[in-house]
Amino acid sequence: MTVSELAVEQPPAGGQPPGRRTPGILSAAWAAARNGWRQLTSMRTALVLLFLLAVAAIPGSILPQRSVKVEDVQRYYAANPGLAPIVDRLWGFDVYASPWFAAIYLLLFTSLIGCVTPRLADHVRAMRTPPPDAPKNLHRLPQHAELATAVDAAAAKAALRGWRTVRREQADGTVTLAAEKGFLKETGNLLFHSSLLVILIGVGLGSQWGWHAGRLIVAGPEQVFCNTVQQYDDFGLGPRIDAGDLPGFCLELTDFRAEFHDNGMPISFEADVAVSDAAHGDLGRRSFQVNHPLRLDGANVYLLGHGYAPVLRYTDAAGVTQETVVPFPFTDPTLTSSGVAAFPDANGSDKAKQMAFEGLYLPTANQAPYITSEHPEERNPALMLTAYRGDLGLDAGIPSSVYELDQRQIETGRLKRYGEAKLLRPGETWTLEDGSRLQFLGTRQWITVSIRHDPGEPIVLTGAVLLLAGLPLSLYGRRRRVWLRLHPDGRAEAGGLPRTEYPGFEDEFRSLVERWQR
Amino acid sequence: MAALSDNLMVCTVLVYLVAMLLHAAEYAFGDRGRIGSAATAPAAEREKELVGAGAPVVAKSSHGGYAAPDVIESGGDRPSWASRLGFLAVVATVLGALAHLGSVVTRGLAAERLPFGNMYEFVMAITLLGVVVWLVTVLLQQQVRHVGLFVMLFEVLLVGVAGMVLYTPVGPLVPALDSYWFAIHIGAVATSSSLFMIGGAASIMFLVRAGYDRGKRGFLYAFGGRLANAEAVERLSFRLHAFAFPIWTFGVTAGAIWAEVAWGRYWGWDPKEVWAFISWVVYAGYLHARATPSIKRTTAAWIAVIGFLTMLMNLFGVNIFFTGLHSYGGV
Ligand code: HEM
Repeated sequence: MTVSELAVEQPPAGGQPPGRRTPGILSAAWAAARNGWRQLTSMRTALVLLFLLAVAAIPGSILPQRSVKVEDVQRYYAANPGLAPIVDRLWGFDVYASPWFAAIYLLLFTSLIGCVTPRLADHVRAMRTPPPDAPKNLHRLPQHAELATAVDAAAAKAALRGWRTVRREQADGTVTLAAEKGFLKETGNLLFHSSLLVILIGVGLGSQWGWHAGRLIVAGPEQVFCNTVQQYDDFGLGPRIDAGDLPGFCLELTDFRAEFHDNGMPISFEADVAVSDAAHGDLGRRSFQVNHPLRLDGANVYLLGHGYAPVLRYTDAAGVTQETVVPFPFTDPTLTSSGVAAFPDANGSDKAKQMAFEGLYLPTANQAPYITSEHPEERNPALMLTAYRGDLGLDAGIPSSVYELDQRQIETGRLKRYGEAKLLRPGETWTLEDGSRLQFLGTRQWITVSIRHDPGEPIVLTGAVLLLAGLPLSLYGRRRRVWLRLHPDGRAEAGGLPRTEYPGFEDEFRSLVERWQR
Repeated sequence: MAALSDNLMVCTVLVYLVAMLLHAAEYAFGDRGRIGSAATAPAAEREKELVGAGAPVVAKSSHGGYAAPDVIESGGDRPSWASRLGFLAVVATVLGALAHLGSVVTRGLAAERLPFGNMYEFVMAITLLGVVVWLVTVLLQQQVRHVGLFVMLFEVLLVGVAGMVLYTPVGPLVPALDSYWFAIHIGAVATSSSLFMIGGAASIMFLVRAGYDRGKRGFLYAFGGRLANAEAVERLSFRLHAFAFPIWTFGVTAGAIWAEVAWGRYWGWDPKEVWAFISWVVYAGYLHARATPSIKRTTAAWIAVIGFLTMLMNLFGVNIFFTGLHSYGGV
């Protein structure tokens, strides 16, 4: 490809020449800086930086990333206790937020600015400059033709519709037409490269002012979720956002519908929620699905997962009753779920007599042993529970998962298995040795949602649209010039010069010549 | 219907294998220098070419782009054995493509949806598009027929791997894929992937020929002398890449829009996204290298080959080795 003479590897226009009175060391530094800048904005450097960027992105696909899944990072730590801290120090779990990744793309974008700015100036100048006069020897050009018939200059100019044309007359009566076409190529190129900057700005904005959070919501009016940091299961706020800026809506899951094929493959999921906020009260019911998020003012809510939450009522030996709804996370696609229901307040204030039930919930439990569900729908639900009695270790100050029992308490014998495991169908009651009773009342649905806001999105999208507009112009545009010289004696000759790679230029030139000859 | 689709898939691999062998036989029986090079070298170079076969065309190729005439018909002599074999290879490719089309269509009918729902179907679609692109290319520009060896090699390997490793029985779409962005995104990605594939094959062919022209005679390079004109193949490769790149960009953008709709973020550095980014950057590098006069065309071609390797990595490596949100139904 011919690089237009808006030379690519030419030093950029920026900067003045060093002053004459600059002391030696300063002028040396200036020269070095200028040289460095020239290097940085060269195509070769752009190429090296692009290559580096590609290579630098690789580790992020091999190592677990905090931004993708924190649990995987923890798993990596557990599996490689020696290596993980070193990887972490090198930003291996945050590759795309790492200083070395940023260094590469910032250098690349600096190079880009340094490259695009002078080109923009050149392009504006080139678009204002009329095409140059015909070279003396048209027959030296890649395309050349002697025209057989006399040509009228005005008609010839009319045939050049769409071309930028200049007519010049020499003293001896020779008339030349110079025409140029294909400025859109460079326009597209500049648009394309500038749009990369727009995208970068949008991404930066989103990372500063955006936020996201995750939350599990169980169906039911007493399980309303309100959008505050305290209620999130996990969250990440951009550095420019604080908890007070979050929109204060509340969601109650009123219904959830999942459809499945007979083989257990999902067909569709849909959640209904009642939306409200402090300022306006009830905002009505809305439903959302996978691929159809709930778009609220200042935040979008995405449906990520769902499962079952058994509802259990425990009546201790003294007759005190407590009811709880415990979301059980699933462990396989048929929604075999496992979890723990803890009753720390059972049996008065004696910590040694706290109760907990651990086990599996199977929406379709058809066959013993009851360890996996056969279908994700509740076609034959059963709850397999094991009772534990003792100190649950809840106030030890060590955060523990709400979905598992504290294994340390079991290992130290402070929490003991209590009786045999039991299979409960909905509505059934299990009477334990001490006369206490556990009733399995049924289940409710739960969903997990991601709540997000990214103010950079419209900017990134704009950038992407500009990029997609500029790219084809840049790639498929062709700059070319043609000249027509009309000698006073009636002879006429034409020449053509493609200024970018353009295999079809010959055809275009020939058809132009034919039009001139008509 | 599903069984018919599977049988057609097996036929496809076998027929492509035959086409590949025919292409290989064309080299084996071809008389050196006759194919392509003599017929298509730019006029100025043709004389030298005819005297000392394999004159370094590349070194002289004008980056200035005073494009040499594309096709100069070879003399009216009778087709040689080699070119008959080459012709048969193209015929076999057409037959294979018909079986391939049949396999994809019957699969779609059996599943009652677009046949892009899992890795197996996706690879079958890319390879089908690839063959179509290839056949159109050969039709328009017969001189590059020899690139068919690598195209068929890719086809046999990819369809073979699809059938043996990625095969998934016909099934419905999972809800996550149930979106019109699905068709747009996958369609653009599949189209550009297939174009990159043919472009990659042409780049490899160019590298073989360019190596031969520089005097290399090792494995593969020895074939170089019988390959098509290096400049024409290189230009073909560039055109395919330049055509594919905006479609790939569009496909990645559509994927980002879909990701926003589905997961709430347009870009999350999921392994699949990471590799899409890597491919995009590498191909941008190729276009830069191709546009820079001081960078050799062979260097650019190597970048294109690396680009294709990153595409393969995304297609196979990421689906098989990593888990991400893009875990495509059933590998
Ligand atoms: C952010 C990274 C960049 C990307 C993704 C990128 C991408 C591209 C692409 C895809 C093209 C092909 C379009 C065409 O051929 O017209 C291109 C062309 C070009 N790029 Fe970049 N570019 C980047 C940075 C740069 C930088 C830093 C420079 C300057 C040193 C630069 C200078 C050019 C020039 C001069 C062309 C036109 C080549 C020609 O066709 O004559 N680009 N770029």
